[in-house]
Amino acid sequence: MVKAEIKQLQEIKTSVIGYSSILITGCGGCVSVCLAGGQKEVENLVTKLRLSCKADTAPKNIGGMTVERQCEAQFLSQLDQEVPKYEALISMACGAGVQYLAERFPDKPVFPAVNTAFIGINKDLGWYEERCQACGDCVLGITGGICPVTMCAKGLLNGPCGGPQNGSCEVSKDIPCAWVTIYDRLKAQGRLNNILDIFAVREWQNQTQGSIVLDAYKSRYTGEKK
Amino acid sequence: MKSESNLEKVLTDSTFAVTGELGPPRGTSAGVISEKAHYLKEKVDAVNITDNQTAVVRMSSLAASALLIREGLEPNYQMVCRDRNRIAMQSDILGAYALGIRNILCLSGDHQQFGDHPKSKKVFDIDSIQLIGMVKKMRDEGVFLSGEEIAEPPRMFIGAAANPFGDPLEFRVHRLAKKIAAGADFIQTQCIYNMDRFREWIKQAHDMGLTEKAYILAGVTPMKSVGMARYMKNNVPGMDVPESIITRLKGVDKKQQASEGIAICCEQIEEFKEMPGVAGVHVMAIEWEKRVPEITEKAGLLPRPEPS
Repeated sequence: MVKAEIKQLQEIKTSVIGYSSILITGCGGCVSVCLAGGQKEVENLVTKLRLSCKADTAPKNIGGMTVERQCEAQFLSQLDQEVPKYEALISMACGAGVQYLAERFPDKPVFPAVNTAFIGINKDLGWYEERCQACGDCVLGITGGICPVTMCAKGLLNGPCGGPQNGSCEVSKDIPCAWVTIYDRLKAQGRLNNILDIFAVREWQNQTQGSIVLDAYKSRYTGEKK
Repeated sequence: MKSESNLEKVLTDSTFAVTGELGPPRGTSAGVISEKAHYLKEKVDAVNITDNQTAVVRMSSLAASALLIREGLEPNYQMVCRDRNRIAMQSDILGAYALGIRNILCLSGDHQQFGDHPKSKKVFDIDSIQLIGMVKKMRDEGVFLSGEEIAEPPRMFIGAAANPFGDPLEFRVHRLAKKIAAGADFIQTQCIYNMDRFREWIKQAHDMGLTEKAYILAGVTPMKSVGMARYMKNNVPGMDVPESIITRLKGVDKKQQASEGIAICCEQIEEFKEMPGVAGVHVMAIEWEKRVPEITEKAGLLPRPEPS
């Protein structure tokens, strides 16, 4: 899932200076799971902003509302009645949600309250780790289920570089070298041949905005025949 | 001959080759390059010009290589994958060739986190093995990576680095094999201190026939002091400094440590000369270029063959 982290309160406060009414919008999707922007975090932020804004000039009217997912129009529509009552919006969704919200209400300034960090896993309670950079051309089948694009600090495809020592990446003793891990796993599976051949230069798939239209829906959006 | 490189000529003549290293200045002074070049002249066959080593901004390796040519030395132009995408790399390779550069060393590059701009954006569009393949394609097929034709292709002598000491140890010789398969003509190794491990690695390479396919230059860096040895052991990624080196340096008077470091280095070179599969040495006297004449003299590497 997408993982995000709530911004510092001061930054959020500074972003909305000058607006008298603010609606804080939460998202019940990924950011809710990683405790950054779900209903509970919205309630929390509403309270904190109200308290900290008492002594300050603005904003006076702070509301909160959480929808199931901000990356879907069907759920965003639940905000249609509420949004006109406010001057500006704070979104606690990931970057995609923030933008879709802003697109739906183009006359309202929208401010993000979280930093979208990565696609990752729940390592343990309250501990998230990146696993995927959405490169658009998955190589995990070759590399033993360990992503060199994400897990190698240099994103090397023919790794390891000259840096790893005692199994750690040259960047930090606390980060395992992705290629040592790949090597160990493939060796254990008897698949070392996978990394003895040269991995050719990649045609990066994520250098322009991504867009997926399922084959079954092509005719619906482009007029193209199936 | 694949190129008009002096280094290639020395190696194909089966002469034990010597390369040096020169770090460009953190400023605009061409004078710094002249000064360092002065110490290396007629002592080495080619000089590596580092590319923002340890991710610290310095004068570009391309410009410094061109300045070195003016001094009458042959550069081994280093290029890392950290800072440039395939467009910039190919463009710089064309420019390098036009400026008279004939050797290129293809490297991944130290991670930017080590340098003076730790939060800069990394590139790594291609990796070092893919870079080797790209330069070979440009030279041998006369085309860019895109397949489009190059007018007067760059005829580079292609180098790569190898670290016999990094993890996983068993994979190191295979990584070397990949670099040679990609098109590396010569290899310069990481600084060697652990001779046992190096002997094992070069034997593996030799047994696999790799030393017949590419020239391998053993890397050495003389220790200036016991402090430097400790620093290299603990702080430099991919470095394997055995305790015996530290003990030996500690065993002599502080004023004698530099000479002892040079003595160790010369003993290593003597052994490399006799070691099957080793075609030369790469002397990386880091910010210590002025001692290269002494090292090459003591190690019996002089005179160098006259560049034609």
